[in-house]
Amino acid sequence: MIITLLYYLLTGYIVFLIIWNLIKSKKWQDEVLYVIILIPFLLRLLRLK
Amino acid sequence: MPNQNMIRKIIISSLALALLIAAGISFYRSRNLKEPVVLGPGVTEVRQLSDYFSGIKNSINDCHVYILEGEEPGGSFLILGGTHPEEPACRLTTWILAENARVLKGKIFLILSANRSATTVTRLGGAYPPDFTIPTPWGGQKFRMGDRWSNPLDQWPDPEVYIHYPSRQELAYVDIRNLNRTWPGRANGTLTEKTCYAMTQLIKAEGIDVVIDLHEAELQYPVISTIVAHEKGQDLAAMASMMISGTEDFNIGMENSPAALRGLSHREIGDHTQAISLLLEAPEPMLDATRGKTDRALLLEGKDEFVVRAGEHGLLFEKIDEKGWPIDVRVGRHCSTIIQLIELWTEDHPEKGIILENVPRYAEVIEEGTGAYLFDPDAAPDSKVKYE
Repeated sequence: MIITLLYYLLTGYIVFLIIWNLIKSKKWQDEVLYVIILIPFLLRLLRLK
Repeated sequence: MPNQNMIRKIIISSLALALLIAAGISFYRSRNLKEPVVLGPGVTEVRQLSDYFSGIKNSINDCHVYILEGEEPGGSFLILGGTHPEEPACRLTTWILAENARVLKGKIFLILSANRSATTVTRLGGAYPPDFTIPTPWGGQKFRMGDRWSNPLDQWPDPEVYIHYPSRQELAYVDIRNLNRTWPGRANGTLTEKTCYAMTQLIKAEGIDVVIDLHEAELQYPVISTIVAHEKGQDLAAMASMMISGTEDFNIGMENSPAALRGLSHREIGDHTQAISLLLEAPEPMLDATRGKTDRALLLEGKDEFVVRAGEHGLLFEKIDEKGWPIDVRVGRHCSTIIQLIELWTEDHPEKGIILENVPRYAEVIEEGTGAYLFDPDAAPDSKVKYE
């Protein structure tokens, strides 16, 4: 249970990093890449998949 | 320019959000799809698995245990469907039993979703259909497709290496979520281990004589169209194999449970309880690695040109042609094999026998279709409907 909680915290931290990079990005190609890789992390945080 | 950048980010993020919502709704609906079971005339009681081990109470794997008890005392069988929910003929077979079977002597325990968590997810990245519908005279009944492993939402993360308890054999990391690698289970283990532990307690508490674990296998896997038997059940399985091959329109083999392969039901139930453990395998082309499009048609019809081509190159352990392996054939095989095993057991152990009726055999399931044996939940009283 504790390990699971840590993994969710880790996932949340990665989501934060991806969104931070998305905000700072200047290239649209990078932005598309960031939002695509963001989706599975958000689905996990929302406990949907 | 900063504004232009921001507008672009908002548009891209909005598109991703739309994808997230669409996918999320699909995943949520699939995970929460209610599968009705209309209790048949033979069901005398429905318990929860947690009645045998409180450690899984209120968890997703606290599944229903359907009990069919005859008026005359006798032996007891436990039949497991949904150990691997991506093998749907197994759950459908137990559905037919729950909705149709009558037991005159002895007791049959049925579990339709042995790993209910695994019914709520499909193979990650596999583009599997989330559900499928069995046509019935009253329309159709929708079932969750499911996966081989427990849903990571219910058990996460996986270890680097899965060390089986109690043998300490090293297995593939993902198999810590595989219900057929975690027998006999562990009271303080993972959800999947606790589920096996609960079922082991059921087997012990109820004095189960024979456990039948239903499965389907890819045609490229050598253990197919067979009964895998613990050494305690070799005679029973061998006789069933001979009788079925002689009296039904299909053949089924018999294999010994390998003593060195740990965690499987046919090995551990026999080793750790008083019960004989048997595992039935029917062919399912959808599981083959060389299949084409993985859709509902393949799931239900079992037709795949690439698997046929693999057969032409001698790569399969079971034959396949353009007729494929339809779901009715796979369900019918399981039904007839269960009937045959029960009849043979009763012949050998009259005092611990089971008399079972109103279960269709292979030829009947093929002729009528699986859906002919499923009942309309809207036409049944609420007290007679359970949901998986």
